[in-house]
Amino acid sequence: MDFYVTALLQGLCFAGIALGIYISMKIFNIPDITTDGSYALGGIVTGVMLTHGYPLSISLVAVLLAGALAGALTGIIHTWLKINALLAGILVMTALYSMNLTIAGRSNLPLINTASMFSVFGFTADPNMNNLILLLLIVAIIIGFVGYLLKTDFGIAMRATGNSETMIRALGVNTNRMKIIGLALANALTAFSGFLITQLQGFADINMGIGIVIIGLGSVIIGETLINWFKLTSVWGSLLLVLAGAVVFQMVLAVTLALGINANMLKLVTAIIVLLIVSLPRLALLRSND
Amino acid sequence: MIKLNNVTKVFNKGQANEVRAIEELSLNISPEEYVVIVGANGSGKSTLLNLIAGSIRPTSGDVVLDGQTVTRLADYERSRWIARVFQNPLSGTAPYLSILDNFRLAALRTQRKGFGIGATAAFKKQVQEKVATLGMELENKLEQPMGTLSGGQRQALTLLMSVMDECRILLLDEPTAALDPRSANLVMEAANQLINNFKLTAILITHNLKDAHTYGNRLIQMGEGRILQDFATVNKLKLTQNKIFEWFS
Repeated sequence: MDFYVTALLQGLCFAGIALGIYISMKIFNIPDITTDGSYALGGIVTGVMLTHGYPLSISLVAVLLAGALAGALTGIIHTWLKINALLAGILVMTALYSMNLTIAGRSNLPLINTASMFSVFGFTADPNMNNLILLLLIVAIIIGFVGYLLKTDFGIAMRATGNSETMIRALGVNTNRMKIIGLALANALTAFSGFLITQLQGFADINMGIGIVIIGLGSVIIGETLINWFKLTSVWGSLLLVLAGAVVFQMVLAVTLALGINANMLKLVTAIIVLLIVSLPRLALLRSND
Repeated sequence: MIKLNNVTKVFNKGQANEVRAIEELSLNISPEEYVVIVGANGSGKSTLLNLIAGSIRPTSGDVVLDGQTVTRLADYERSRWIARVFQNPLSGTAPYLSILDNFRLAALRTQRKGFGIGATAAFKKQVQEKVATLGMELENKLEQPMGTLSGGQRQALTLLMSVMDECRILLLDEPTAALDPRSANLVMEAANQLINNFKLTAILITHNLKDAHTYGNRLIQMGEGRILQDFATVNKLKLTQNKIFEWFS
């Protein structure tokens, strides 16, 4: 049972990545894979700040700024230099690996007796339950924030930027600036996931980001399948289903591990699960067209 | 209202595929003029419109809108004066966004898109009243994604969107090219009404010579990046449709 609770907690921690990928991929229509780097950056900055005794609030601000900066950099390379978004993301992600190593000073930062979000609040005696309540609250706040943002005039302009660029430019929006802001927001959310996970697992690691983008993609794709299923068009519903996607994804992984698959195979299994999720609707469609 | 001084636009300058799209063109359009531009493919009509809108910048020469030189301003900075309707109905609207959200953005064309929620019930009511004037029975479907509508409906809504905010200049780039004859007629009539009611300065590019004859109070024929003929109001009235047809034969 604990096993699945841990998966649930992880899924909630990954809500930031899922929402980040949702913003870059679905709202801006930009395949951004800065994610691997900005997630590890979030974790490493958290580790360094907390081990140096900075309070949680300042550490959080530093993490969000660092993530936003990484995303903005990808955005600037993509829009100003007109470089393919994938390549821009890969460049920043690669550069971030060295940056992270330099910031951390070594490859692994254990958090021992440092401040932690999870020890600030005591809702119940059961630590897992306590973490769950805290994460649910945090995720509710993020979804509330992103949902409100997308509903504002600025948010409508964001959504239009990825949907009809000619139109939104004719309506007075600097789309380059908008994309840079969007990628900054997406990667700030991703770094926030790194912030949470680092405290949940009690350490930050230079390699923690490798392949993490697939978790975001998988979550968004599961979320999208659910969105199409329920024929949703509302912003709130979509965000909630993306969150559901993040949790479902971790649950599926937990089940696979519980079935006794070698943990070394985890990334392979992850890739296959995402492949299955992406291809199943298409395969079903092919059959119905026969 | 719109002034072009000696504007030249060369694409791929100095390369084998160099195209001289606009050659030393000067044009002066007064307020409330409704200019129709005709010309063969490649005559520079669309380039001219894009130069005015700011989607492309001239190789040399100046663009002046309402007395202000805007040659160096980007398209999104010229939206203060200009509203556009594109040839492709998909370009003028955002398909995944609701009709209401599309109108909300259009209502802010000349303004900042801020962090308040503007698509309120009051705003919706205002849009409903405007959309009802089209007589397309779309006023109760404002929450529907724009993409679910037909091309004609989308072009008509794009027109309506252009006057949601202060509008001085309306650029119509073959707005009916993708539409069936009936929808095309509706869109042209709607455009004509808006231009008259809101006293807009307008430019229409069209291949439909009947429309070129019926609408507007000035007619320009373009060819090879230059103005070949220019008929002001009085002279345009004297032109017959057959005469215009002869230009293309």
